[in-house]
Amino acid sequence: MPIRTVMKANEAAAWAAKLAKPKVIAAFPITPSTLIPEKISEFVANGELDAEFIKVESEHSAISACVGASAAGVRTFTATASQGLALMHEVLFIAAGMRLPIVIAVGNRSLSAPINIWNDWQDSISQRDTGWMQFYAENNQEALDLILIAFKVAEDERVLLPAMIGFDAFILTHTVEPVEIPDQEVVDEFLGEYEPNHAYLDPARPITQGTLAFPAHYMEARYTVWEANENAKKVIDEVFAEFEKRFGRKYQKIEEYRTDDAEIVFVTMGSLAGTVKEYVDHLRKKGIKAGAAKLTVYRPFPTEEVRELAKKAKVIALLEKNVTFSVGGALFQDFSRALVNQEEKPILVDFIIGLGGRDVTFKNLDEVLEISKKALSGEEFDEVNWIGLRKEIL
Amino acid sequence: MAVRKPPITTREYWAPGHAACAGCGCATALKLATKAFSEAMEEKYGDPNAFAIAQATGCMEVVSAVFPYTAWKVPWIHVAFENAAAAASGVEAAWKKLGRRGKILAIGGDGGTADIGMQALSGMLERRHNVVYLMYDNEAYMNTGIQRSSSTPYGAWTTTSPPGKYSIGEDKPKKWVALIAAAHQVPYVATASIGNPFDFVRKMKRAAKVDGPAFVQVHCTCPTGWKSPLEKGVEIARLAIETGIWPLFEIENGDFFNIKIQAPGGGAKVKREGGRVVAIEFKKPIEEYLKLQGRFKHLFKRPEAIDEMREQIKAMWKVLGVDVTLPKPGE
Ligand SMILES: Cc1ncc(C[n+]2csc(CCOP(=O)(O)OP(=O)(O)O)c2C)c(N)n1
Ligand code: SF4
Ligand SMILES: [Mg+2]
Repeated sequence: MPIRTVMKANEAAAWAAKLAKPKVIAAFPITPSTLIPEKISEFVANGELDAEFIKVESEHSAISACVGASAAGVRTFTATASQGLALMHEVLFIAAGMRLPIVIAVGNRSLSAPINIWNDWQDSISQRDTGWMQFYAENNQEALDLILIAFKVAEDERVLLPAMIGFDAFILTHTVEPVEIPDQEVVDEFLGEYEPNHAYLDPARPITQGTLAFPAHYMEARYTVWEANENAKKVIDEVFAEFEKRFGRKYQKIEEYRTDDAEIVFVTMGSLAGTVKEYVDHLRKKGIKAGAAKLTVYRPFPTEEVRELAKKAKVIALLEKNVTFSVGGALFQDFSRALVNQEEKPILVDFIIGLGGRDVTFKNLDEVLEISKKALSGEEFDEVNWIGLRKEIL
Repeated sequence: MAVRKPPITTREYWAPGHAACAGCGCATALKLATKAFSEAMEEKYGDPNAFAIAQATGCMEVVSAVFPYTAWKVPWIHVAFENAAAAASGVEAAWKKLGRRGKILAIGGDGGTADIGMQALSGMLERRHNVVYLMYDNEAYMNTGIQRSSSTPYGAWTTTSPPGKYSIGEDKPKKWVALIAAAHQVPYVATASIGNPFDFVRKMKRAAKVDGPAFVQVHCTCPTGWKSPLEKGVEIARLAIETGIWPLFEIENGDFFNIKIQAPGGGAKVKREGGRVVAIEFKKPIEEYLKLQGRFKHLFKRPEAIDEMREQIKAMWKVLGVDVTLPKPGE
């Protein structure tokens, strides 16, 4: 029987790791993710999880050790955030290029400077070109479920890519919510044993991994990572469907909310989706045709689903906790690319919001709505808007 | 007819066809190291193949694994420049969980070990992974075209330590990573040289057989970076030992006081007290070593720099607990 309980997202992530039974875990503490390696240490110390836990001296070594272990053919897991994920950056490319299905839980936190321990998505968004799959959880249950889902997708022969699961610093990592812990047997059936055909460091059948590739081969190697990301789109749908069958919870790459007759659709990710859905209800009561959509999968980018969503909206307002300087948010860039060659497309308006843990309030969303309405009525509007700036201290 | 047993296994793990420069002493080191490892695994586990290699970026990685070819007949992984020790930690942990017997060999150059990989090395040693770390020390970043590392010796020319009006070449003493490794109190640390292959093989086997981490720093020549004759690699490496430039020692469990020092040969007089080497009177001047290498050519116009080098070498031996005398040419 699944256990219904309450826990923080960090605990949910540790539980997911325990249920997935990785053989090697290598991790280094960083706020807000520290509780994950702590909890896993306890599981290992109590004999509840039969894994080697390598207490590395840095995140760079954490991911490097995961690469070594994964290349030797075992399931591996780590957790980090912010500066820790940034320190891993170099090796993230290598993990994807070597097609190693490592899973990282990321407590989404801002990047220095100034140093700040609170939530935004800059850490994982900045890894979007590494080849890793990226999932974002709205709540603690999703954090747990998406880690299990990520292992299953990552280890699929058609995919073989690493995956990171983002959940918002403090808002989720440190907040207690109801969570259902699935049955170990059902998880075992769902995930199965990891038996790689491509990565093993076995003296009985020696292989060389991590070679140099000249220009004659490099592009093809990179192309396979592209292809794997394309394949992952279908595999993710299959795994979502299987997950629903086994565990009763439904996941979609893009989850829509009251979008059917919407004129303005607010698009976001992570825990902000909860706030935005509430805001949509609030607008609907006032007769405003608003809807919401949440990206659960950010990489591979759900282009087809975005195009479907776009058909339903006149204005898409992108609410994002990240920024590319002089350009705008990552979602704005990705939505623009998905829609640029479509014949009919909504107007896109970008909102940089809630950086470094700043609360996103209905008042902020009213500001978003006002600018979106301008766009809807054909008035002039700014494409990229920083919401909730304290102009008095600038 | 009696057939003499070869002094080391004829099994090859580092196959011919790799792309190292002609005369590369590091290629020789890797060939010997893998053979020694294989013998050790055979003696310890009855399986000569019970090992895998995790290697740092650098010359020996680049020349040995160019897709779709490989020189490696042993499971081998390269991840990046600074993390061979961390990657090896992961492989070792996985092997443990898979119930595989054997030992992991991590390999890095002096740059990948003394500089950018220092932290990962320290972590691996401190965590007591069952890994042998082999630092092949050609005393510069050769793969990127001969830049200085912290293991480059005093006075050497490199592209980032060029001699000039205000420079004698590299102006810092060599950093001895073996001593740093020994400070981790790991079971076994040694220096070795391709100038004494039997000693090197013996030490690699010992390193491979101990339970827990071991570290071996092997001096190996790089004719390209040292501007030295291709055919003189072993001779040059031997001169480094015989002139006092390259000490051969072993330290077990960080017990510096009971350091084992190998006699350098070359006519050097070794004085022992209670089995411990306390003084060495070298007979060959370091100039004999220096003059065979273009990287030290400029020093012969700056004899005071060579004298400074002698002082640094004495200071280094002092750390090992040995008083040395180093002759000047003609002395
Ligand atoms: C993070 C990083 N910085 C720099 C480099 C470039 N690089 C590759 S190999 C190398 C030098 C290697 O020197 P060493 O470890 O002494 O090995 P050698 O080439 O001398 O055998 C450098 C600087 C790199 N690959 N990665
Ligand atoms: S540059 Fe030096 S170390 Fe590198 S392959 Fe050539 S001789 Fe060997
Ligand atoms: Mg070098």
